[in-house]
Amino acid sequence: MSEPRPRIAVLVFPGSNDDYDAAWALSALGAEPVAVWHAERELPRVEAVVLPGGFSYGDYLRAGAIARFAPAMEAVAAFAAGGGPVLGICNGFQILCEAGLLPGVLRPNESLSFVCRDVAVRVERTDTPFTSRCAEGQRLVVPVKHGEGCFHADEELLAELEAAGQVVLRYEPGENPNGSVADVAAVASATGNVLGLMPHPEHAVDPLLGSGDGGLLLASLVDAARERLYARA
Amino acid sequence: MLVRPKDGILDPQGRAVERSLRQLGFGVVEARVGRVIDLDVDAATVEEARSEAERMCERLLANPLIESYEIAVEAAGR
Repeated sequence: MSEPRPRIAVLVFPGSNDDYDAAWALSALGAEPVAVWHAERELPRVEAVVLPGGFSYGDYLRAGAIARFAPAMEAVAAFAAGGGPVLGICNGFQILCEAGLLPGVLRPNESLSFVCRDVAVRVERTDTPFTSRCAEGQRLVVPVKHGEGCFHADEELLAELEAAGQVVLRYEPGENPNGSVADVAAVASATGNVLGLMPHPEHAVDPLLGSGDGGLLLASLVDAARERLYARA
Repeated sequence: MLVRPKDGILDPQGRAVERSLRQLGFGVVEARVGRVIDLDVDAATVEEARSEAERMCERLLANPLIESYEIAVEAAGR
C-alpha cells in the first residue's frame, strides 16, 4: 500500500478487553495502532485516539467513573482540546462521558439484562471524522454487548444535542437495545472531534463475521487520521 | 454517604426490587436502590470531614447528572 499508515493510539485500561480487536481492525483498515497503557502521562505521536470496550476497573462505582482519572486521560483531554479525533467504543464511551469530554451519561440497561446482539443504526450525520465514509440515512448493522448502555440526558440537554446535531447514530425503530433516550446510539462533542458509541464497529469489519459496516466508521477515522498526518507534513 | 438515583431518573434496579417485593405480597409503591459508602477519615473537625466528603461526592462518588447524595458525619472520638 502506498498510502501512509497513520498512527492511532488504543488506550488499555485494567479490564479493557476489546483493545486487541480494535487494534486489529485499525490495522486491517490501513492504520498503525499503538497500545497506550492507562498509567502513561503522555501520548506518543499519534493522529487519533481510540478508547476501546471492556470493563475498566471492573465497572466499579459507575462504568467509566474510575478510569476517567487514569493519568492517560489527561493527555487524551489535551489531545481532544487540540482538535484530535477521539473515539470511545462502549466502555470508552462511558469513560468519555464520565470525564466530561462527552455530554450525558450511560446508565444500566432498562431491561437490567446484558445485551449481546447485532443492532441496526441509522447514520444521522456524515460530516464527522467517524462517519465520512457513510451516506446520510444509511443503515448500519453493528453488534452491541453491554450492561450499561442506556444513554441519559435530561430534556434540556437532549434538546441542545438535537439542535446542534450531536446525535450521530440512532438505533433504528424497534432496535434500541438498552432504553437510551431518543434512541441515541452515538453522540459527538460540540466540537465534533470526540465521539462515543455503544455498538462495536471493531467487531463488524470483516463481512465473514456477518457485517462489515463497522469498518465504514473505523475507516472514516483512519481517513481523518491520515489527513492530519498530511497536514503535519 | 448515601448516593442514589435522582427523582425522575429511570432506576431499573429499583424497579426490579419493587416488582419482586410486590410478588412477595409487600405493599410497595416504589423502590429506589442507591449505595452507601462508609469512610473513616482523618480530619480535625466534623465540619472538615463533611466538606471533604462533599468534594469526594462531587468528584467521584456521585455523578451529579443522575445521582444525589447525602452525607452523615460522626466523630470517632479518638
